[in-house]
Amino acid sequence: MADDTTNQGIPEPEGAVDIIETDFEIGQDNIEGQVGPFGFDIHNPVFMISGLSIVAFVFYALVFREQATEAFGALRPWLTSTFDWFFLWSANIFVLFCLVLIVSPWGGVRIGGTEAQPDYSYAGWFAMLFAAGMGIGLMFFGVLEPVYYFGTPWGDEPLGVVRPLAEDGTLIEENIEPARRMALAATIYHWGLHPWAIYAIVALALALFTYNKGLPLTIRSAFYPLLGERVWGWWGHVIDTLAVFATLFGLATSLGFGAQQANAGLEHVYGIPNNITVQVILITAITAVALGSVLRGLDGGVKVLSEVNMIVAALLLLFVFLAAGPGGILGDFVGGLGGYAAEIFALSNPHGREDTGYMQGWTSFYWAWWISWSPFVGMFIARVSRGRTVREFVVCVLLIPSLVCVLWMATFGGAAIEQVITDPAGSAVKAQVIDTYNPPISLFAMLEGLPLAAITSTIAIILVVVFFVTSSDSGSLVIDTITAGGKIDAPLPQRVFWCTFEGAVAIVLLLGGGLGALQAMVISTGLPFTVVLLLMCWAILKGLMAEKR
Amino acid sequence: MFNRIMAPVDLAHTETLGKALMVTADMARQYGAGVVYVGVTAATPGKVAHNPAEFAEKLDAFAKSQALTLGIAAEAHAVVSHDPTTDVDDALLKAVGETGADLVVMASHVPGLTEYIWPSNGGKIASHSSASVFVVRD
Repeated sequence: MADDTTNQGIPEPEGAVDIIETDFEIGQDNIEGQVGPFGFDIHNPVFMISGLSIVAFVFYALVFREQATEAFGALRPWLTSTFDWFFLWSANIFVLFCLVLIVSPWGGVRIGGTEAQPDYSYAGWFAMLFAAGMGIGLMFFGVLEPVYYFGTPWGDEPLGVVRPLAEDGTLIEENIEPARRMALAATIYHWGLHPWAIYAIVALALALFTYNKGLPLTIRSAFYPLLGERVWGWWGHVIDTLAVFATLFGLATSLGFGAQQANAGLEHVYGIPNNITVQVILITAITAVALGSVLRGLDGGVKVLSEVNMIVAALLLLFVFLAAGPGGILGDFVGGLGGYAAEIFALSNPHGREDTGYMQGWTSFYWAWWISWSPFVGMFIARVSRGRTVREFVVCVLLIPSLVCVLWMATFGGAAIEQVITDPAGSAVKAQVIDTYNPPISLFAMLEGLPLAAITSTIAIILVVVFFVTSSDSGSLVIDTITAGGKIDAPLPQRVFWCTFEGAVAIVLLLGGGLGALQAMVISTGLPFTVVLLLMCWAILKGLMAEKR
Repeated sequence: MFNRIMAPVDLAHTETLGKALMVTADMARQYGAGVVYVGVTAATPGKVAHNPAEFAEKLDAFAKSQALTLGIAAEAHAVVSHDPTTDVDDALLKAVGETGADLVVMASHVPGLTEYIWPSNGGKIASHSSASVFVVRD
């Protein structure tokens, strides 16, 4: 053990860990060199194959646009309806697995060794958890989803709850309360335990095999118990490449759609024209800020932006909470949470359901979506979670974020539903979500019904944009690490490359019209990754058994 | 003139440090100064070590072998950084204070075009540290 008196820079001795002895040396397959003034240190062949296949798919989506739109456009709904039972059961398994870890003796295992100290405070850690993978979704769906379930005329009511709106747009009094409760419960189901369990599984697997087993920080490391030394060969290359592929296209397509949404918001609030030029400017601006963030590094850039964003989001939440009436919102919080607890078994059971519109169109879609994002979000969470025990990790990545999401949905969704109930004919939310389905405007329509709409709408637009930045910068770090074979100290130009590449792919797809096709393709990767996640559960168990508690 | 020399080393690329290590030892003998070898590591497994503790051990071993072969008084000081790619300068600057060094001897490549965008480690440390800095070109 190192001498403490001469190594003050090390926070603490790390204590007992169960290092996996492997012949693989991190960076052994890397190519280091110099192109002009730029140094590089990339994994061969993951970097080249993922880079080239991304270019090839962009090319395919642009040149054979109709064919690609048709193929992927049909693939995604086919997968989410054919394998609905598989997605729903897998997600249930992930939740149960996490809950068992909390109460099991393995909960005492510490990530990074028995003596490791946490790298980040709770505040910084939570901020990064939300900013990477969930923040943007909360902004987009917080009003949309609850109001949609409350008043959907399209026949996809959760668990067949009776619609409270009559054909002429008036309310049917006795249906209001059950529909309101179900709308919140069904939304919370998609943003509560299940998505966070998906992220927690990937994050825990990677953190364990990186910080305790000494394997490189890359997706393939979680497969060491299964594949052994083969994980350093083609098996591992395929896993890592698929992860890079899903992450980059996931980020690029949501950046492209996000620019359209932000533009719709800007048009609605300020009358700024809604066209491709504005959207390209938005993507460029988001990419530029993300670039600044990755250049400043994890602590100086990514963490700072995440924290700023969390504070602003919390203030917006507090404002809506107070402005919409704390009594009503608390009622929705309790009602939504109660409904969630009461209906979670019915909602998460895929068999004998009649509400397939909800189960396949929403739940199954969401699960595939979260799972396709999980390599990125999970790996980022893993990187910042050293020093926590498994129990602490699961409580903080599963339970607390779920509760925050319940509060968010109860506040934004509850405030919006209240507006629909109070004045169905004059409600802007009802007009934008139910009368005409206009998702990007839903949040702004709800804010219009509260005081100070001009200010809060501006804050909301800024939040949307910055949440895109915080996804983009953490995503670039993740892709850079995977394509450098798990090295987090690869030369700076590499992360600049991935960050820029992501913005460029988004712009090309926006101009050429391939966003929808490629987003459908990314969500389709949720199916193979579900198998990957199930295997990770087994790997986590194997890994934990060998650790000192 | 100098009491304590700080020598930042990259354990993954010690072969490129030969000249700087010799200068460090010469200066140490000239002024009867002690040498602190400083290494910056990430908490994640890397080429050199599986975890920070193992890195510290390896840096210690490196310092001891330098002391033995070059006949100088040497010790090691390991620093953990969350993001070494961007934070290595700050980590080294902090180490100057922690080690109480009054002279830093470090290797540096010949400046190129990118130096206008990302200044070299040596350059940043020279402009922000109270210690004297000797940048040894490779």
